[in-house]
Amino acid sequence: MSVAIKTVGIAGSGTMGAGIAIIAARAGFKTIVYDTRQEALDRARKQTAGFFAKSVERKKLTPAQVDRIMGDLTSTSRISDLAGCDIVIEAVFEDLKIKHDLLGELNQVCPQHTLFASNTSTLSITEIAAGSGRDERFVGMHFCLPAQLMKLVEMSPGIRTSDDAFQSAWDFCKALGQTPVKTRDNPGFILNYFLVPFNNDAIRLVESGVAEPAAIDRAIKAGLGYPLGPLELLDMVGLDTQLLVAEALYASTRDPRAACPPLVKRMIAAGHLGRKTGQGFFRYSGNAMFGG
Amino acid sequence: MAYTIIDTGGSRSFPAEHAFTRGAARDGEIVVIIGSAVGAAFGRLAGHQSKQAVLLELGTECLGAYAGESRGEEGSNILGFARFGLGNGEPSNLIELVRQPRTRETALAAAQQVFDAAGLQVAVCGDFAGRIIDRLVRPYYNAALRRLDEALASADDLDTTLKLGLGYPEGPIALLERTGLAHHYDVTQALFEAYGDPAFAPARRARVAKQRQKR
Repeated sequence: MSVAIKTVGIAGSGTMGAGIAIIAARAGFKTIVYDTRQEALDRARKQTAGFFAKSVERKKLTPAQVDRIMGDLTSTSRISDLAGCDIVIEAVFEDLKIKHDLLGELNQVCPQHTLFASNTSTLSITEIAAGSGRDERFVGMHFCLPAQLMKLVEMSPGIRTSDDAFQSAWDFCKALGQTPVKTRDNPGFILNYFLVPFNNDAIRLVESGVAEPAAIDRAIKAGLGYPLGPLELLDMVGLDTQLLVAEALYASTRDPRAACPPLVKRMIAAGHLGRKTGQGFFRYSGNAMFGG
Repeated sequence: MAYTIIDTGGSRSFPAEHAFTRGAARDGEIVVIIGSAVGAAFGRLAGHQSKQAVLLELGTECLGAYAGESRGEEGSNILGFARFGLGNGEPSNLIELVRQPRTRETALAAAQQVFDAAGLQVAVCGDFAGRIIDRLVRPYYNAALRRLDEALASADDLDTTLKLGLGYPEGPIALLERTGLAHHYDVTQALFEAYGDPAFAPARRARVAKQRQKR
């Protein structure tokens, strides 16, 4: 059963949910953001308005276009308001039980044709789908952070996902103006599967005294042309986030490179989480970075 | 600062003329030995202790193989270096400058100065096999080749994901095909021997490429 998608539901109004909602509304879809927390919905709405104000300032959109987009973008704290959606993308906390509880409720609310998608970056699509009540109509759609700026979407079918459902989600992804890539339902998909161990390896170089953080980043940028060094990137992402994703990836792969190096826990204990605390592998003051 | 280059032939860092090689003098306070016979040339170098610095081009070996090691207290005016490049690709602008724990700071500063003056970027590191980049990227390249074998995604999708998702200029599969899978085998085999870590063990596709090269 292929689906002509007109109305999009986003469950979860955190950073990822809000970003995906921007993409959907900007592409012309009626978009409903659902969250149980009204304050989270209000915060996301404010951030979204700020994002589009910047888009107007930079002449990427006209005020009339933004009015149309914001008119198509609504939010709700009642799950029943998602009943008219053709696809619902969940972007809630990375916890299987939380996702299963949400999807179970959605399964009661949404019509049979509605596709369910998960923006998970670390959990198995098949395992999430198993608790959705419609595992044949369930796909993985992993958007990259910041979703509203990044084109890439990793798309994964679960073991029981039907070809039609996957194709409908794939077509929808293209209609969003995104670039889908197909990956198997594997821990970390492609991006995190490679990035998390790579960043851990960079931390291990610091840990074992091979080189200073600034030298490692300089080498990677000058030698390979990467836009950011791994340690600079880790400071942006946050060491606490690296610990979470590394632990999740290691739990499902048992790959020693995925295991978070002990230095990360020591840095977190010291409050050196990265940019957000003003100190990570480098020291920050406003936008300036020291130690580079 | 004047430097002299002793070129033993077959340098991977400077396979063609470069501002660094053009800037060499006949008799400098710094001696740079490049090429595939660095060890022999260094052995013949008289009075190297009196030089500001002696810079030895390294392959996969450690600087300690030439400069010696003792109780973690080693260090002198001898440094190692390599200009990073992947296989058959053009060498990059990066010099990995290898020091020992007690390397003289004046020698280190002099080495940095002559490379900087030639427009090269310097990253200082300790004397470990693989230095910085090879030690970081080779396990990643191996993982990409293994996952391609396991059909995680197509080669194009793997490359597209890593380019779009992380801003890398080139995906790992295209990059290894362009620069040579057999060269990847050589580097990873050396690192695997040095560390015994399975992450460095050459991936199947690199082994195959090496076998084909030998035929």
